[in-house]
Amino acid sequence: MLKVSVWRGGASGGYRVYEVPRRESQSVLDVVTYIQRSIDPTLSYRFACRVGMCGACAMTVNGVARWTCRTHVAKVAKGNAIQIAPLANLPVVKDLVTDMRELFDKAARALGRFVPSATRKDGFARVASDSPERAVIDAGIECIGCGVCYASCDVVSWNPDYLGPAALNRAWTLVNDVRDGARRERLAAVAGDAGCHACHTHLSCSERCPKDIAPTASIAGLKRAVALAAWKGEL
Amino acid sequence: MKNDYRARNHPAWWAFLVHRLSGLALSVFLPFHFWALGQALQGEARLDSLLRWTEQPLVKFAEVMLVLLLAAHLSGGLRLLALEFLPWRDWQKSLLAWAAGAALAAGLAFALLL
Amino acid sequence: MEGRAVSDVAQDFAAQPAAAPGPGAKAEVWLWIAQRASAALLALCVLVHLATIIYAVRHGLSGAAILERTRGNAAGLVFYVVYVLAIAVHAPIGLRSLAQEWLGWRGASLNWLVAAIAAALFVFGLRAAWAVFA
Repeated sequence: MLKVSVWRGGASGGYRVYEVPRRESQSVLDVVTYIQRSIDPTLSYRFACRVGMCGACAMTVNGVARWTCRTHVAKVAKGNAIQIAPLANLPVVKDLVTDMRELFDKAARALGRFVPSATRKDGFARVASDSPERAVIDAGIECIGCGVCYASCDVVSWNPDYLGPAALNRAWTLVNDVRDGARRERLAAVAGDAGCHACHTHLSCSERCPKDIAPTASIAGLKRAVALAAWKGEL
Repeated sequence: MKNDYRARNHPAWWAFLVHRLSGLALSVFLPFHFWALGQALQGEARLDSLLRWTEQPLVKFAEVMLVLLLAAHLSGGLRLLALEFLPWRDWQKSLLAWAAGAALAAGLAFALLL
Repeated sequence: MEGRAVSDVAQDFAAQPAAAPGPGAKAEVWLWIAQRASAALLALCVLVHLATIIYAVRHGLSGAAILERTRGNAAGLVFYVVYVLAIAVHAPIGLRSLAQEWLGWRGASLNWLVAAIAAALFVFGLRAAWAVFA
């Protein structure tokens, strides 16, 4: 039997221990599901695809942010014990559910959206798939906004205004998009202590990203791009 | 919810901590260093008596620590400059090992020569 | 929640302007540039300094021995002045980040303290460099 310690409550609350039968190839999401269906229906949690594509099931497992559907109990259990908590750095709604709004608000503040520079009357943009910019974008484009990096980042904990690795990573992919028309505004949006310059290269985000993206590399790219723009008086 | 040591238990995070704490320690040491050297304004004898004070084993040990801290901060800093300015490659993880090694080497050289 | 057309929601999102960067953002960019530039310069200075220390430890660490090498040494003076300048830029900026993140101290009062530390390091560093040169 597994001894599963689960956070119950909101910002204040406590851990409640449940006993869950241990099964082969069990994932942490299986454990949470078992608790909610067979022991305590009042447990709140999020999931969607349960096959490692959507990122909705991200939680803190034994202190580390992970996708619970992609985390084998056998890999993380300390003896027979697991601790499951909501993602860090985000307000807790209830139990294992966090309020994700600030993650997306910060993506908007980093100008993490494409700004067109052409109209439907212009021809198609031609971007070679093997161009250096496209290679840079490819390294960071697979982000699905799961929040694991944001939850893992200590600068986010220490600096409430910090835009965070996901927002900055997305901004970097757009900075490298040759079709985009808002380079200047975007570089201004990600500059300063609330932006890329607050990153201290802890590499926690890159360490934990389930899609093997390295937001640290993207943020380093932003640091260089912003510094160059400032130097040229374009910021 | 806040992260604890379990989220931070990976090499790059320890590298950050060493870098920040060594920088802090060096910043605290620097005023003393400048003061001690400034004593030379009062003549060679004054500097000499200060240097004799530093012959004590505890002070010598502290000096070794300082050289280690300086070497650690330097190599950690070079690692950061590489991470921020050079194209991203997978060898960046071994940068940490090189940095640590270089720091240790410098500290050892100093200790051995004492 | 009453239903809204997808296009309405999408329009709201597209209409959101990026919040303007904080008033200090440009200054913070320059602080970052200064920190990295001084770091690169210090890398050279520290290597020379470490080599000097190790040499000095082998060849005599008495007041006389040190001063014999530094007195009247113009190149040495220039080196130490550059070194002190770089430190006066580099250390305070680092301490500022530390104070902001670990002490939660932000704003003008911190900036003033950091500037004061920079000035103090500069003045006392120059004094020390002069003390062994003159």
